[in-house]
Amino acid sequence: MPDALPENSVGLVTPELYRFEEPLTLRSGKVLKAYDLMVETYGTLNAAKSNAILICHALSGDHHAAGYHSMDDKKPGWWDVCIGPGKPIDTNHFFVVCLNNLGGCAGSTGPASINPDTGTWYGPDFPVVTVRDWVNSQARLADRLGIQQWAAVVGGSLGGMQVMRWSISYPERVRHAIMLAVAPKLSAQNIAFNEVARQSITADPDFHAGRYREHEVLPKKGLMLARMVGHITYLSDSAMREKFGRVSDELKQASLNLGRDLRAGKLSFGFDVDFQVESYLHYQGERFSETFDANTYLLMTKALDYFDPSVDYDGDLSKAFANSDCRFLLMSFSTDWRFPPERTREIVTALLKAGKQVSYLEIEADQGHDAFLLPVPRYMQSLTTYLNVIKDEVGA
Amino acid sequence: MRADLDIIRNWIAPGSRVLDLGCGDGSLLRYLQDNLQTVGTGLEIDETKINACLAKGIHVIQQDLNKGLQNFESQSFDTVLLTQTLQAVHYPDLLIEEMLRIGKNCIVTFPNFGNWRARMHLAIKGRMPVSEYIPYEWYNTPNIHFCTVRDFDVFCLDKSIDVITRTVVDYKHRDSWFIRAAPNLLSEIAIYHFSRDASISAKGAMTQPDHEH
Repeated sequence: MPDALPENSVGLVTPELYRFEEPLTLRSGKVLKAYDLMVETYGTLNAAKSNAILICHALSGDHHAAGYHSMDDKKPGWWDVCIGPGKPIDTNHFFVVCLNNLGGCAGSTGPASINPDTGTWYGPDFPVVTVRDWVNSQARLADRLGIQQWAAVVGGSLGGMQVMRWSISYPERVRHAIMLAVAPKLSAQNIAFNEVARQSITADPDFHAGRYREHEVLPKKGLMLARMVGHITYLSDSAMREKFGRVSDELKQASLNLGRDLRAGKLSFGFDVDFQVESYLHYQGERFSETFDANTYLLMTKALDYFDPSVDYDGDLSKAFANSDCRFLLMSFSTDWRFPPERTREIVTALLKAGKQVSYLEIEADQGHDAFLLPVPRYMQSLTTYLNVIKDEVGA
Repeated sequence: MRADLDIIRNWIAPGSRVLDLGCGDGSLLRYLQDNLQTVGTGLEIDETKINACLAKGIHVIQQDLNKGLQNFESQSFDTVLLTQTLQAVHYPDLLIEEMLRIGKNCIVTFPNFGNWRARMHLAIKGRMPVSEYIPYEWYNTPNIHFCTVRDFDVFCLDKSIDVITRTVVDYKHRDSWFIRAAPNLLSEIAIYHFSRDASISAKGAMTQPDHEH
């Protein structure tokens, strides 16, 4: 726990719950009669309300993007490297908004909330929400905050998909769309990994068809497996070699180690954990399974699978962008094999075809898909440069 | 300000869409945007220069010209620019074909290797030309496809390219009657404004189906 918070931190922050009574019709046709959104903001909204930036979170993220909730927090918000005074998304100039999406498990209405119709948890009855539904709910939050147009909407991975949807559904409300480590839709391989994750959860005997809360258990084993397989796809081979490839007793040469560090220094000749990478995945999976909701994980992976803005336009993504009025910045990361650079370039090509103003950068980074969450120097510098221009544009 | 900008700006229509291949730090696009309200996009591979473009508010795409321009639609830009880069690309002929496909008209500038100084270097010293303007030695030069003004004229003729304007200047981009009198000998930089020969493309359109859409 830090005795004092870092100077370039937004400091101690308190999330705020916003209640929405107006029913929200979802893409599936189902209706959420009322819902809550858990929201965190950093910085100050200027008088012209022109300096607001919306941050869209990815699969396992939430509203807590920056700063600390208490002096006892071991870690700051999930994108603290990017948001704060003097950081790329500079809270001295911008008013930053981040929310937990519908279906989430960090305070917004989701499967772990009480269904007013039944008086018990929604659980598996919580409707499948899509990126479009999230963006519609985010637009209502913007209305509530009095923000007519975002200076920028920013997000990576599944967050980047929300940015894309904003630029299509609310062209007049976005000035700049910044998408990081993103793809126009999932590939079969991406969907396959998601299905393995879902099967891990639903096959857990403690899952009880999603009604685990009624049984006073949690499908921790399944959620842990889901997180493990997900985590593998977020890292690159090179990142794993680096992370688990210090010199081991068995192989003295780190370059030949391939990340095969042993946990106990020798092989067990059994089926327990031998290698550091196994132990790491176990630890990550376990920690995740204690804090995240299994039904939310199922929903989030479905939102990913369903995302494809071109479906309304004969499969032509460029047509989806026809009315977009913002300027675009996209960045991909060289070792990201989940959404590799060529997937991001598909979006760039569609934007060019639609005659839109777009910048695209390919960042050399070893960390795989996770790179968008990490302080990769060129990435941080490019974001800073781009946001400085936005700052001048909007008088932030 | 770069003197070539003053020459090029006369060939670009106000408010037009401009693609600058190898756009460097984005100065040219910024200049055109400020003076002619063009809508510009640049292509660049150098990270520092890309950042300089972003700082100027210029839209830039990190892309290697040598790997093709398939991601650009046919006739999607009014003008496609290639300044001081032609001699450094792997396949100048293919790149110019691509420029003609993407742009309604094109502007190319290149150092004239037929200049008397270059000729003297080779003829008298027997060495590859090195000048203040082209400071590289043969072994470290990025410039792998030098040509002369006459070479480019012949190329345009062979490829049915319609040269709209040709301007030849010294390396400070100064024009003079003196240089124009013997362009291939005296000019240091050639600036071409060209498009696909209108008669050829009209004929092509009649005999060939349109594969682009």
